[in-house]
Amino acid sequence: MDKIFLSGGTVVDPANNLNRKTSVCIANGRIVALGNVPDGFQWDREIHVPEQIICPGFIDVCARLREPGEEHKGSIASETHAAMKAGITTLCCPPDTNPVIDTPAVVELIKDEASRIGKSKVLPIGALTQGLKGESLSEMSVLTRAGCIAVSNADKSISSTLVLRRAMEYAASYDLLVLIRPNDLALCERGCAHEGEISTHLGLPGIPEAAETVALAQALALVAQLHVRVHFSQLSCAASVRLIELAQQENLAVTADVSAHQLHLTEYDIWNFDSYCHVMPPLRSKQDRDGLRQGIASGIISAISSDHQPHEQGAKLNVFAATEPGISSLETVLPLTLKLVDENVLTLSQAIAALTSKPASVLGINQGNLSVGSDADICIFDPKKQWVVCDDQWFSNGTNTPFWGETLSGNVTYTLIGGKVLFEYGSDNLIS
Amino acid sequence: MIETQHLDITTLLSKLERAVQKEINTKNLKDPLIVGIHTGGTWIAEKLHSRLGLKDPPGVLNISFYRDDFSQIGMHPHVTPSHLQSVVEGRDVLLVDDVLFTGRTIRAAMNEIFDYGRPNQIILAVLIDRNGRQIPIQADCVGEKIMLESGHRIKLIGPDPLQLIIRDCESEST
Amino acid sequence: MTDLENNIQLGKNGRLRHFLSIDGLNKALLNEIMDRAESFTSVAAQTVKKVPLLRGKTIVNLFFENSTRTRTTFELAEKRLSADILNINIATSATSKGESLLDTIRNLEAMEVDMFVVRHGESGAAHFIASCVKPHISVINGGDGCHAHPTQAMLDMFTIRKIKGGFENLTVVIIGDILHSRVARSQLRALKMLGAKEIRIVAPKTLLPSFAESLGAKVFHDIEIGVENADVIIALRLQKERMQSALLPSGNEYFNRFGLTERRIEKANPDVIVMHPGPINRGVEMESKVADSPYSVILRQVTFGISIRMAIMSMAMHSK
Repeated sequence: MDKIFLSGGTVVDPANNLNRKTSVCIANGRIVALGNVPDGFQWDREIHVPEQIICPGFIDVCARLREPGEEHKGSIASETHAAMKAGITTLCCPPDTNPVIDTPAVVELIKDEASRIGKSKVLPIGALTQGLKGESLSEMSVLTRAGCIAVSNADKSISSTLVLRRAMEYAASYDLLVLIRPNDLALCERGCAHEGEISTHLGLPGIPEAAETVALAQALALVAQLHVRVHFSQLSCAASVRLIELAQQENLAVTADVSAHQLHLTEYDIWNFDSYCHVMPPLRSKQDRDGLRQGIASGIISAISSDHQPHEQGAKLNVFAATEPGISSLETVLPLTLKLVDENVLTLSQAIAALTSKPASVLGINQGNLSVGSDADICIFDPKKQWVVCDDQWFSNGTNTPFWGETLSGNVTYTLIGGKVLFEYGSDNLIS
Repeated sequence: MIETQHLDITTLLSKLERAVQKEINTKNLKDPLIVGIHTGGTWIAEKLHSRLGLKDPPGVLNISFYRDDFSQIGMHPHVTPSHLQSVVEGRDVLLVDDVLFTGRTIRAAMNEIFDYGRPNQIILAVLIDRNGRQIPIQADCVGEKIMLESGHRIKLIGPDPLQLIIRDCESEST
Repeated sequence: MTDLENNIQLGKNGRLRHFLSIDGLNKALLNEIMDRAESFTSVAAQTVKKVPLLRGKTIVNLFFENSTRTRTTFELAEKRLSADILNINIATSATSKGESLLDTIRNLEAMEVDMFVVRHGESGAAHFIASCVKPHISVINGGDGCHAHPTQAMLDMFTIRKIKGGFENLTVVIIGDILHSRVARSQLRALKMLGAKEIRIVAPKTLLPSFAESLGAKVFHDIEIGVENADVIIALRLQKERMQSALLPSGNEYFNRFGLTERRIEKANPDVIVMHPGPINRGVEMESKVADSPYSVILRQVTFGISIRMAIMSMAMHSK
């Protein structure tokens, strides 16, 4: 199955400004031609996909696999399986595993297992501080050598601005990307919902937008001083978008991503104490959602991530504040992103870019494109195909999604990694 | 509505009064406590009370809380309270109602009386005793015993003037 | 905001199945509750204070938060309805130790109970329990976190209706820690639903939630202006913890600025009534002179609390 010919589909490759109906030739795990067929190219398999989109496999900058440490919630096997079905060929897993990704052994464990499973490529993100405790620096050089693509402190705020400064500087000495989820712990208090109209009515302890913007402003001030490269993860406020915009206008090397569900859901979705909408950062106001949409449309926010957090059933079966936050979101990233196209927030190219070329550029990897010579990591999907979010259609171990039971549009039909078809929709056995 | 001219209130009350008086004499009731069931029974109880010249004022029982059919029909929102000024313990109670039909109302009334105390005995006096018993209850004193066709209901309206009416519920509901 | 698509509280025929929050109910239902409570008030005046409405039914008072006052009034209401009672007190802890909430409920369900009266420290607890229980079980919210205390709100409305006759011409003022008050939230919803003419809240900024106006009231920070021409003044309890969390400097300062004094009451309408959910902190929320004055209807609230709870429980139990 070495040579594959993709025909009939529309190739959307924002990295190369491509959006037209054309063919793709794949051989030896790479893309060998677009549009033309090289002389003597005899394909072993033709995949004919009229009315479908052929694009680079998606790159997800934040997806939790739960292994090692929380195998009751998910595993590298189950979650990379789900990623394949979702068209995600590369994903980054944050360091808050157990044990934390602060030693090369854990990095190797994850990479080896992902290799063995042989599905989506996994790029571990190393810890910024030892044990994510926010006190001493992690061995970032060693972690990078072992295969970490970037460093972050996951969701744990670093309370000492001095430690944060030093960590940023140290990472920069290896030109290592630092990912920060901006959050001021003190302002969060016991909060579990956005401090707004809904939390006021429901009497839920609120997290003010200042919890994000205060931490973001602090970090941006440090970036300005230190000239380091930082990527801000999972923004939730319109005000945060404005801060990033100002920073970018001053040529600071900052980028940002937003999770797909934050572009659709708002605080109103927790009206019935729906624990499936309990997420961190919380779902905020309609104005915040609109601000995030403008952010992604204007390019201030580069990438859309899943912020995938699969949970076991019991984690969501409790009083709202006691449930664990997080949505199992790999498989809804594409339909939610396409919905933005339907709602005229983004063009199709912009949408695909947010899932491919832009995250690749943030991470500094040569992926997320269909250039001739690139690895054939490809996603083919039918934008009009509707499917119901239910057991038959769900691959992740975690069924904790507010979209359960809903009909979504946008279904991945084929996912290829290194030129091999590793997911084919509708086949009884997954080709591996 | 069906003709009820033969059911004249005054005549029926007199018949009932005679039956009750006879009961009082036969059973040698000492100073009976008359208790009427809201609403129709209380009107009859008041009439009997003045005719018999009883000492203690008539008690009023609202059996809404004691009905056995809550779950089906729910409770009426406005329930006027029961009034039993005298002590029930050891008394001869004369329980009065307008119509004895299924017997459930009387059962509820007796349950309520027993919550107040243990009477010496309960004598049941009703203006109309009609067919349709669902509980083994019998009246001791009756104004008139009648048979009604299925679907027909007899009701006392009042308080002034008191009047008995018979309704055909089945044909009325169509 | 009050149009819940998925109204878990109402069973078939729109009758009350669970009583979780004033939200999602309607004016007719609130009036029906108060009408039924009226009937039960006369029961309390009878020599035999019991009615057999809930005889043979088992009610579990599931209290995750200590509360002698609320629990005893529920207990008394349940006894007067002839129900069998199970009192379960579960100490709350921030980290859930021991049995999960769901397991606790399942275990109690296995004992063939009919109703839960729940008080919990987290908002949404009663909703969660109502969403899990078997179809024949009803849940009554005895107070959940800062979200709702609907039986308290109903007894407050009942008190107002009994003394003032109606709501359309009333100016009602609620003073105190609105931010943390489940009582206030429920009262505000009920007053709005019953059509009170004007609703005001008076508190320092730190004790007000964001978007306070969205609760349906005018916001005041000055009590002297806030109580002008008031017909009903409801003072909320101030908890000592608020001083520790940098929300207020002291009880003294609170009393100086927000305490109900005789002088301040004079600014209200001459027939104003003063209410309080209890227990009162004398010298903080109000001075003793006010608490013991003819304006205060606080003790009547307690009496009416039993009738209201009898009404709500008998309605919910029999709606299946």
